[in-house]
Order: sequence, then C-alpha cells, then structure tokens
Amino acid sequence: MSKIIDGLFYSESHEYVKVEGNIGYIGITDYAQHELGNVVYVDMPEVDDEVTAGEEFGAVESVKAASDLNSPVSGVVLAVNEALEDEPGLINKDPYANWIIKVELSAPAELDDLMTSGTYQEYIGE
Amino acid sequence: MNELKITCLHDKHTALGALMSPFGGFDMPIQYADIVTEHNAVRNCVGVFDVSHMGEVRITGTDAERFVNHIFTNDIAGAEYGKIFYGMMLYPDGGTVDDLLVYKMGENDFFLVINAANIDKDVAWIREQAATFSVTVDHQSDHYGQIAVQGPQAEATLEKVLNIPCAELAFYTFKEIDIDGDHVIVSRTGYTGEDGFEIYASHDTIRTMWDKLIEAGVQPCGLGCRDTLRFEVGLPLYGDELSEDISPIMAGLGFFVKLEKDDFIGKDAVARQKAEGVARKLVGLELADKAIPRHGYEVVTATDDEKVVGVVTTGYHGISVDKSIAMALVDAEYAVLDTPLRIHIRKKFFPATVVKKKFFKKSYKK
Repeated sequence: MSKIIDGLFYSESHEYVKVEGNIGYIGITDYAQHELGNVVYVDMPEVDDEVTAGEEFGAVESVKAASDLNSPVSGVVLAVNEALEDEPGLINKDPYANWIIKVELSAPAELDDLMTSGTYQEYIGE
Repeated sequence: MNELKITCLHDKHTALGALMSPFGGFDMPIQYADIVTEHNAVRNCVGVFDVSHMGEVRITGTDAERFVNHIFTNDIAGAEYGKIFYGMMLYPDGGTVDDLLVYKMGENDFFLVINAANIDKDVAWIREQAATFSVTVDHQSDHYGQIAVQGPQAEATLEKVLNIPCAELAFYTFKEIDIDGDHVIVSRTGYTGEDGFEIYASHDTIRTMWDKLIEAGVQPCGLGCRDTLRFEVGLPLYGDELSEDISPIMAGLGFFVKLEKDDFIGKDAVARQKAEGVARKLVGLELADKAIPRHGYEVVTATDDEKVVGVVTTGYHGISVDKSIAMALVDAEYAVLDTPLRIHIRKKFFPATVVKKKFFKKSYKK
C-alpha cells in the first residue's frame, strides 16, 4: 500500500508538490517510486530554469527505464536536491522527504488543477 | 499480435508477486524483489530463472550433422557426445536469423536451443533449409520447461537441493539424467557471466525443481536482471546486438563463425565482411556522467551534434561496475578503443569513450 501524505497536491503523472507559502517542493510519489523500482539516476534542471505545469522538467531513471518528470506547477527553480546526485536511491527510501526540485510558484492557482490526497488515493486505486 | 503464451511456471510467478511483462511472445517475470537484489544474488550467491520461453528443436536423421553444420556458423563436425556449441544461423547476406546453442546428443542427433521471440521464424527457416537433407526436424518447445540456476553457489545448489551431481560437468557440456522416469538435460551454460547450469525437463519436473529451489531460499530472478547480467559481460541479445541487419562479424562474434569449415549459409557474405571490413561495429561505451544511455539513443561525434555515427543497442547504469555503460553499433572508423564520442540523452550530449564490451569479468568454471 503506497504512502500518501495529506496536504500535498498530486499530478496524474505521479508527481507531488508540497507548498509552503509561494514555494513548492516537487518530487515523485511513493506509488511512483515503487512502480519504477531502484532509482539509479535523476536528471534535474538547473537553478533558475523555468518549469511549466504539465511539461517535462527532467527524468528519473530506474535500472530498466527512463521516466519523464512533469512539473505539476509553473515556476522558477530555486534549488535542486543535490543529495540525489550521489544517492538517487534516496527516492526509493523516502520519496516525500527527498524532493527533487524546489520552485517559486508563478501561478499558484494551478494548484486547483491538481489532486488532493483523497482524490489521488482513488486515482491509483489502492 | 497473437495472445501471450505462458510458461509452465507462470502461476508460480504470480503467486510470488512478480512484476510480469511481455517478452518474446510470453508473459514473463521481470522481477520478484528488485533488479539490483536479484542481479547481486547471481553475482555473489545463486539465483534461479524461468527460461522456459526458450525454444527447442531436435534434429535427427542420417544427414543431421551435415545439415546442422550447413545452417550453423560454429563447427560441430566430429564433436564428442555431450558437447555444446554457441553460434548463429545466418541469412545468405550474412544477417542473423538467430543465435543459438547446439547440443550434441548423439550420432546425427542434435538439440537446438533458440530464442523465444524467434521460435516461429526459426522453425520455419530450419524446415525450409531441411528440404534437401535426410533429416527430421522435431519442434519440442511445448514439451520442455527450462530453468537456469546461476551464480557461484549454483553447483552446490544443484547437488544439495536437487540432488543432481554436477561438479564433473565442464563448461559448455551437458549430461542426460533420468528423474522419476523423466528425461532431463543438465548443462553447464548460462547467460549471466557467472558459473551456472541450465536444466531442460518436462513441465512437471521443472515445476518440482522450481518449488524445491524456492523452498531452499534460492532467489527467484526475473528477466530484468538477466539483461543487466548478460549485458555487463558483453553477451549479445538477439534484437539488440544481433538482428537481420547485424551480422556476427559486426557484433564482434567472429570467433563463433568458422570460415575454415565447409560451406554454410551466409559464409560468403561473412567471409567478405571479415576480409573487407564492415561498415558498422559493435563497441562498448563508457560515460563519465551518470546519465543512462538506452536502446535506440543516437551516438554522435565528439564535436558535431548533427553527425550521428551510431546507435545504442543496450545501455544501463551497470549494477556490478557502477558506471553508465552501453553497447553501441557505430561506424567502423569510430569503433576504435579510446575514441571520444557522445551520446544524445534527452536534451543533452554526454561524452563517452569507446571501451571493450566486456565491462565486467566473467567467472566461468572451466
């Protein structure tokens, strides 16, 4: 049973965003990390890059395959999680503690288009 | 697309909670635990694979030896009973029909083990070539199940868990044994770069063996780690490193093509390739970065983003070697050790160096 945290916003492509003020921490859900298997590489954008809601901003690679990361929100990248460069498997250990990018939200209203924990729970059907 | 076939162990896989996926026309287990755990079990201890999807063809008759030598690139003439040969079947233009194992079962009696995805094509090809020979082509894929027990503890596992003495079996030899009236072939072969065995038997016997191995705590291993294991030691997979368009000479497998033997299908073409050189060659590539090259990604020169000189056939972040590595088919002039190239991965170009394809050392018991 995948872990889902209340208060986060979830996308259909299994990213989450945790919002603090106008800052969003974006990562992949526990369901996604489990489906992927051992994460061996995370392709992250650069600081100051712009990300757009629904568009690809990087990739997370398991042993077997690469999966695009789609940004749930639009904004500017304030930081990338550098710990993942040396230890990408942290995403398997705790995907919610190990966010991938930190962004400054440019259009907070986009959050309304995302799923709540309850809706996401139904979406993944567990 | 035909409906997916299943192996005689299919229900065991689903009961173990395996992640299942189509491969070669079969619904096969990709992983039970995770690929890294299963890969390391085989490198360091022992693992068991269901490889019942592989096809089996028995060739008998007064022309059997002459016929097999006619369709096969390796030389089986006068081989001793119990020997196994790796090689290819070729089209007249040198393209590869399939790569396969040939077991010498007796005088004019051979057992061919072919890739699952190619079973229909191969059997049709073999029958077509057999028309002018006095041979019987018996397609036996539906009779045999097959498991592979691989890893440094494989020998001890076979002896203790399955009560099959096998210490005396040399690499690439087999023996036939009787287990409760069932004909069983035990061969010291594999597709992992580790010591190990492949066992062919009826479905019931294979199911019993599988249960014993799992009960004894042997790690079940899926096709996910089968691919990472074979890749790291530079073994080809048909469809990636060999195909209708990729000859064994291009793939660097000339050792298994015996040009000194009598005529065989494709001989003229591969002899010419060997003499004149090939346009593209399979190489190893090692990346400095951790980005992962995948099948189909383009290889470009060190300086020109537009100049595509090759394509990745298989790539991973190696589990035993801990580097991003790939096998790639590149234009011959770039297929030289230490040549700097780059691989196009998503939006960027990552530097890669031509290296030997054997990224990890094999540990066969010779």
